[in-house]
Amino acid sequence: MRNTIGLPSNRYQLLNLSSRLLIHLLALAGAAAFLVPFLWMISTSLKPMEKIFQYPPQWMPDPILWRNYIEALTVMPFGLYFRNSIYVTVLSVAGQILSSAVVAYGFARLRFPGRNILFIILLATMMLPWQVTMIPLFILYRNLDWINTYYPLIVPNFLGGSPFFIFLLRQFFLTLPLELDEAAKLDGCGPFRILWQILLPLAVPGLTTVAIFSFLWNWNEFLWPLIVLNDVDKWTIPLGLNGFRDQYGTDWNHLMAASFVASLPVIIIFFIFQSYFIQGIATTGAKG
Amino acid sequence: MGSSQAQVGQAVGSTAAGKRPRMSGIARKEAIAGYIAISPWLLGFIIFQLAPILAAFYISSTEWRILAAPEFIGMQNFDKLLFGDDLFWQSIKVTVIYVIFRVPVSAVLSLALALLMNQQLAGRRLFRTIYYLPAVIPLVAVSMMWIWIFNPEYGVLNSFIRLFGIEGPQWIHSSRWALPALIIMSLWQVGTGMVIFLAGLQGIPAHLYEAATIDGANTWQRFLKVTLPMLSPVVLFALVMNVIGSFQIFTQAYIMTQGGPGNATLFLVLYIYRNAFEWFHMGYASALAWVLFLVVLVISLAMLRSSEHWVHYEGRTGGA
Repeated sequence: MRNTIGLPSNRYQLLNLSSRLLIHLLALAGAAAFLVPFLWMISTSLKPMEKIFQYPPQWMPDPILWRNYIEALTVMPFGLYFRNSIYVTVLSVAGQILSSAVVAYGFARLRFPGRNILFIILLATMMLPWQVTMIPLFILYRNLDWINTYYPLIVPNFLGGSPFFIFLLRQFFLTLPLELDEAAKLDGCGPFRILWQILLPLAVPGLTTVAIFSFLWNWNEFLWPLIVLNDVDKWTIPLGLNGFRDQYGTDWNHLMAASFVASLPVIIIFFIFQSYFIQGIATTGAKG
Repeated sequence: MGSSQAQVGQAVGSTAAGKRPRMSGIARKEAIAGYIAISPWLLGFIIFQLAPILAAFYISSTEWRILAAPEFIGMQNFDKLLFGDDLFWQSIKVTVIYVIFRVPVSAVLSLALALLMNQQLAGRRLFRTIYYLPAVIPLVAVSMMWIWIFNPEYGVLNSFIRLFGIEGPQWIHSSRWALPALIIMSLWQVGTGMVIFLAGLQGIPAHLYEAATIDGANTWQRFLKVTLPMLSPVVLFALVMNVIGSFQIFTQAYIMTQGGPGNATLFLVLYIYRNAFEWFHMGYASALAWVLFLVVLVISLAMLRSSEHWVHYEGRTGGA
């Protein structure tokens, strides 16, 4: 077989082996480069102050100071910021799942005049830089007395959520057989009961993907909370981290500890639900 | 043109087959339910997107210091930013440089990683995780990490460079190196692009490669003649989204450099933010925001138009 392309088979295998070795080496080198910033963060977070400003840098902290974490998290009220972030994130995720599921159902399963043009508008809004809406919205919320409350962060999520999620769930609904709806309709089910009782239970993987991305985006959000939350007690985690830096700018061990803790929920969620992340990007990305 | 329209039709799932002159009662009920279902989005679109964009345009024609009433000044804000504001042009310059370098380099890098991850590789899942993780952690935390990485004396980057007997630059503390530093940092977060490309690669039917091999194509030829054309729709999507996202860069500059040194990283969104929320020039900031909107709109439309010449749409398997 191999001889048809003019290579003796053992030489071909050798070539194949060396190219496989090369691929593994490349992957390893890349992985090392990608991991260094994390290791640097964790290593710094466990060092005593005097070992930080040292050249050459020491990778293994000695002694290991776990109390850096306690100090970093108590010098500013990070417990409060965590609670705030969780509150905002949980409600935002709920709003985004609910509203994007209902809207996606409408676009995927119900026929109505203007559906295609409205869906094209929805796709077009994915390309909108939202900062163009930020000043009028700030003024709107100021007039509503919503500045320094969580409403500006939460309420919009109940109205449509995100075009990405609607698109993702619509694609998901389209893969479910239409006969399900037809059969339920014959049994006298209304359209929203079909959604609630038949389609949503089948769409759990899609909903999970939406929930994870929604969690991630809301947890990480910085600019919009920066604009609407002035009160220190209202800060979310990213704002708290930013405030921490303003006050203790060169306490690198504490800053790295706080940064690591701020990232930890996301890292944990990522490891548990990895395949959903990959799938979610794949469906929205590959079919966009 | 025909093919791209067909593509849109397919993406929207055209079910307009058999237009009826008048709706039956059942169809009308379904239509009403449809409108109810999409109404949250439609309301949200009008309240949080359409109306604010129009309002921003109105505000851009005023002088508005938030506490006093807005005062109509016509096109003066646009006149000022185009002909009398060096900082505006500086912000356009650094933003465009960032986009021009970041987007192609990260596209090549994420495609390379995707090709690598598409090989038979022991521990592929673990590698994929490692490459993707930087893209999910909070940008504020990432920024903190990289301030410390870029530290000229004790940071890990310059310590590494010193191994070769060279003294590294001052990175974010230097007006010359701050922008390149932010571009380098952004390349650490190419994981999203990698996953998009990986999904695209896995959607290419194997028989195309087999046919090419039988025709005598080598690895490089297969990449050029099969992989790239088949991947081109995904490449278009990834490039457009990356350009749009890159124009919105804010957090890194706000936290790491505060736009400096010497305005070297004064990105457009940061300049909008300062005008609006530090100096309270709501009118002028809205004019700047409209410029951002127009620039992004024009560039993404131009990219989509150009796709007629280089994106290959036939022969995709799957599809909605």
